[in-house]
Amino acid sequence: MNHIVMLLLASVSIPLALIGYLALGEGFLSRLAKNTAHRVRPWIWIAPALILLCVFLVYPTLSTALSSFKDATGDLFVGLANYKFIFTNPDTLASMKNNLLWLVFFTVGSVLFGLITAILADRVRYGGVVKTVMFMPMAISNVAAGVIWKFMYDYRPAGLPQTGTVNAVLSSVVPGFEPIAWLIQPATNNGALIFVGVWMVVGFCTVILSAGLRNISEEVLEAAKIDGATDWQTFRSITLPLLMPTVLVVATTMVINALKIFDIVYVMTNGNYNTDVIANQMYKQLFVTQHSGQASAIAIILLIAIAPVMVVNIRRYREQMGSAA
Amino acid sequence: MRDGAVNTMSEVILKGVYKRYGKTVAVTDFNLHIEDKEFMVFVGPSGCGKSTTLRMIAGLEEISDGTLQIGEKICNDLPPKDRDIAMVFQNYALYPHMNVYENMAFGLRLRKTPKDLIDKKVREAAGILQIEHLLGRKPKELSGGQRQRVALGRAIVREPKVFLMDEPLSNLDAKLRVEMRSQIGKLHRRLGTTIIYVTHDQVEAMTMGTRIVVMKDGFIQQCDTPLNLYDFPKNKFVAGFIGSPSMNFLTVSVQNGMLNAQGLKVSPEGTLAQSLRPYEGKQVWMGIRPEHVGLKGFTNIPVGENIMEGEVEVVEPLGAQTDILVSVGGQILTAKVDGHVMVNAGDMVQLVVDRSKLHAFDLQSENALGRS
Repeated sequence: MNHIVMLLLASVSIPLALIGYLALGEGFLSRLAKNTAHRVRPWIWIAPALILLCVFLVYPTLSTALSSFKDATGDLFVGLANYKFIFTNPDTLASMKNNLLWLVFFTVGSVLFGLITAILADRVRYGGVVKTVMFMPMAISNVAAGVIWKFMYDYRPAGLPQTGTVNAVLSSVVPGFEPIAWLIQPATNNGALIFVGVWMVVGFCTVILSAGLRNISEEVLEAAKIDGATDWQTFRSITLPLLMPTVLVVATTMVINALKIFDIVYVMTNGNYNTDVIANQMYKQLFVTQHSGQASAIAIILLIAIAPVMVVNIRRYREQMGSAA
Repeated sequence: MRDGAVNTMSEVILKGVYKRYGKTVAVTDFNLHIEDKEFMVFVGPSGCGKSTTLRMIAGLEEISDGTLQIGEKICNDLPPKDRDIAMVFQNYALYPHMNVYENMAFGLRLRKTPKDLIDKKVREAAGILQIEHLLGRKPKELSGGQRQRVALGRAIVREPKVFLMDEPLSNLDAKLRVEMRSQIGKLHRRLGTTIIYVTHDQVEAMTMGTRIVVMKDGFIQQCDTPLNLYDFPKNKFVAGFIGSPSMNFLTVSVQNGMLNAQGLKVSPEGTLAQSLRPYEGKQVWMGIRPEHVGLKGFTNIPVGENIMEGEVEVVEPLGAQTDILVSVGGQILTAKVDGHVMVNAGDMVQLVVDRSKLHAFDLQSENALGRS
């Protein structure tokens, strides 16, 4: 009951406070000279957002950066020791290698499958249904997907009834099939995890890429046909170059997802059997080892890795918006 | 590619061609023999099947029934690239990511034409179209007229047997359209290639075509030279579609060989008079073009049994001429008269009809009577 009252209070008082603030601000502006008011007004309006951004984003980033140079409890400066640890410790190095796998295969896989389904779905009448079905996994959380696929990949030794769907199907279809411990065997486990990630986002990629495809004028494709291009030549010389901006936006978004990947790994293997990733390492350092310095250092490395991709992504996005206007 | 032979025939022959989309028939029994080097125009209101027919010739739409022959080849099942055609689209359809040069060279590159030959052909075509200075630009940096030239250039470099043009000028402003019209005409004379040109603009059709196909609801209404269409329309639709302002149609009854209605009594002559005999006592459509109606006292048309009386409703002075809308017994009729005739709305006037230019159409079938 108390919580509900709090909630109601918050949902009324916060907007009220904001309106009060703006009223005060405008009152203050009305006393200024017209020119000055004109220059100051944007700052008054943007200030709440700016303050929230500073409190919840800029300050934590800076304090994380600072604590990445401190020891486990954040008392003493240790210089670059945390970074040195990360780049020498076999566990974190293995995570980085796995993240690299994610980066390449997750990105390529989701963009490629997204592109293929987008192109094929546009060619058939029931394409809309296909896209809807493919998009559905987006509606579940990564954790739920992890749980579902853990069941799918479940392994029982040969001879026992296979409860995991993948092994069950394969052993009933392929003669002499030996059940595989998908999430344990080093040959398959990273691939199996990445596949779940791809399964989650491929619908999203399809929808975005399919919108990009729709933007390409039918007449231009017909012109290419008349010019003598085969389907493949049309795709390679006309469709793909025109779709490239969209592909890049999708790809960079997927790169960021790959670098940040955490929940699927956490739920399905918790990083065991050599499947760990950087984000999970950060979690372990913070909550298991309780070394805030090393955890912060990992966070900073992740930030530095993502930042350039983010910049490219935002620039691309702006360009697209610009060309659409 | 053309085999280098000058005498390669590039006729296009359509025999009993149909286009069906499910149960709807877009084009019905289309029969046409387009001669080598002819400038053939398909004209008609939107949805009449003209573009669909062009797209069937291009290979962008399947032919539901009938045969299409280009040159000596039956082309029904050939993909566009093997039909030896080039097409100019309404929205230009330039490749946005390629510059003008690459746009024009694309088709030749696909055909593995040697680089120096591509270069020669592209520069030659650019010269003809006066776009040499634009070769390095992207389509979005060009004006509408320039884009249209590039689209034409892309078609020219391929040296196809037949050019197909789908309303290529409809996105240009009026002045540019007139300019490009004569340029395409010049191009046709220079290249001596068969051109099939689709438009909904009858002025474009009349000024450019060697022959014109008038279409409506998927049927060919008439195929003839521009002047024959104007002089001898086969039915009321063609008569109304060709000419601007369009032909006047009045319902009249045939009495003692005369066309009668309230406010008008006109005696037809020649073959028209003869073919109206079976209609004695019945109603028909009388057709007369605005330019063949004069104002009594201000026209060279001899006065006889060819007078209509009515009240002027609207006067539209255009300078060289004035269009007056006259209500003759309740039926509105346009007359194109001298630009400086002084008439005002509300005036009662007498109009003189040029009897040699009179048309009549069956009331039901709307087919032309006589004058064929």
